[in-house]
Amino acid sequence: MITALPILIPLMVVILLLMVGRKVYWLKLIGISGAFLLFLASLLIFYTVRQEGILVSQAGGWPAPYGITLVIDLLSALMLLISSFTAFLVGVYALKGIDEKRHRFRFFLFFHTLMMGVGGAFIAGDIFNMYVWFEVMVMSSFVLITLGSEKQQLEGGIKYVTMNLMGSFLFLAGIGLIYGKTGTLNLADLSMTVRESDQTFLMNSSFILFFMGFGIKAAIFPFFFWLPSSYHTPPVTITALFAALLTKVGVYGMIRFFTLYITDINPFWQNLLLVLAALTMVIGVLTAASQYDIRRILSFHIISQIGYMIMGLGFYSAFALAAALFFMMHNILAKTGAFLVGGLIQEKTGSFQLKSIGGLFKEHPWLGLFFFLPAMALAGVPPLSGFFGKFFLIKGGFEGQHFLTTAIAIWVSIVTMFSMIKIWNEAYWKPAPKDLHQPASHPLRLKRTMIVPVAVLGFSTLLFGLSAGWFMEVLQEAAQVLKQPELYIEAVLKPV
Amino acid sequence: MLSIITGVLYTAGVYLLLRRSLVKLILGIIFLSNATNLLIFISAGMTEGKPAFVAKEGAEQTGQMADPLPQALVLTAIVIGFGIVAFTLALNYKYHKQTGTYDLDQVKETDKV
Repeated sequence: MITALPILIPLMVVILLLMVGRKVYWLKLIGISGAFLLFLASLLIFYTVRQEGILVSQAGGWPAPYGITLVIDLLSALMLLISSFTAFLVGVYALKGIDEKRHRFRFFLFFHTLMMGVGGAFIAGDIFNMYVWFEVMVMSSFVLITLGSEKQQLEGGIKYVTMNLMGSFLFLAGIGLIYGKTGTLNLADLSMTVRESDQTFLMNSSFILFFMGFGIKAAIFPFFFWLPSSYHTPPVTITALFAALLTKVGVYGMIRFFTLYITDINPFWQNLLLVLAALTMVIGVLTAASQYDIRRILSFHIISQIGYMIMGLGFYSAFALAAALFFMMHNILAKTGAFLVGGLIQEKTGSFQLKSIGGLFKEHPWLGLFFFLPAMALAGVPPLSGFFGKFFLIKGGFEGQHFLTTAIAIWVSIVTMFSMIKIWNEAYWKPAPKDLHQPASHPLRLKRTMIVPVAVLGFSTLLFGLSAGWFMEVLQEAAQVLKQPELYIEAVLKPV
Repeated sequence: MLSIITGVLYTAGVYLLLRRSLVKLILGIIFLSNATNLLIFISAGMTEGKPAFVAKEGAEQTGQMADPLPQALVLTAIVIGFGIVAFTLALNYKYHKQTGTYDLDQVKETDKV
């Protein structure tokens, strides 16, 4: 029962939201309490998984390889926890950060369908189910990205929709082929079949389709072009939500698949992952350095940081996997924080363009601190979370003797620092441009519900960094489960 | 026969995706989605002329039956594809209303530095 909560809670909230019509007050109230409830449920799930190990439930009472299975292992539980935490904070920010018109068009409804898709993708126990949750997530994100129908949004929406649909079709084609070859879709059952077969090369056609499907969603090189051309078009709250969740679900899918199916990682897959990871990092960070819009800088950085996660997966030792997970969680917190601060800056000055803003540090030192925390965490300054994420990854790389890729990662980290300092200098330290006129419509005092989430996210990156030891232990446990798929298979297929 | 149709649909879909018109892009998406549905159907292996019924408990299963799972999968995929088409058409309508053009070469505002 508890296993299905990440799907059931958003579903209930969606039903309630549909019932209240367009009364903005109620929409907000239900939406935000639903998000909080989801966070509590994730805490409960995390606690239960820590106590009892992998949670499995068979929908409809059909036993494992036939029915729809929901599985929560430690990785899923952690991902649920961190995503619902971030989503709740973004929800709080959205109370004021999203305008009334978009609220009336039910921003929170699509927010919760998105959460339902994300939660479902994390706990799905068979491939097709995972595809369906992916679609739920992607469809709601289509609506969110075009919500409000501004010209820029529609344009970004076209690119975003087309690329993501391509990804879905490739993924679905892979599912069709794999069913034809093995006759099963259950993740655990499939993993066992692949393990026992001596013709694993027959699977490669499906795997490469999966890889491309997930790769498009995770925005790795060379599939990333949709991300920077669409992420900066919707209101910054929505961008923050996307940055926190969407690409990470793609990475999650990749980690899940590779650990379950590629048993003794062969040089082809490993080299593919490492080369693409390195290219993703380098290209993401270099293109970011040439941008002057805060949101676009941050969007390009998402790409380069996806590269880090894929690199951790490519090293494929238990430690490196744990490090990749650590980095993913840090990135969810820090990136969302950075985007939301970008939103605050825009709220203050009316612009995202670094050229037309400045002098913020003199006026609002607190705003500076809130930006400083996530931005420096992204760049990797100790004792913030990003430092430990990168440190663990690099350590994993040296242990696995992948010197070139690791060296590239270190170099990319320095360039990231450059971009963050660029935003810092331009927005905070540079004196405000003379011709800057404050639009009268922008209130001088920022709303408290917008500042608090940003502050919480900023300090949670600090806390996350300070308690890195404890988190790393939990994550290594999670990575151990990933490295021994037998545990996963046993838990799912054991007779009820 | 069906395999050839699938291949043709994929080819036509990709070709249409690469055209300049937004409407053709949507047609391409529809083609690709249907090609994928057919692909699932074919790769799972087809049994001709047999329904996907399982015999009642106790009764003996007579003859071969078709695999119900790919049918269920394709059904789900078709429904999802339906939603996608509806959404892309709405997007197309809105975009045309806002800009008065279907030309995809105009769609590069968001990539400017």
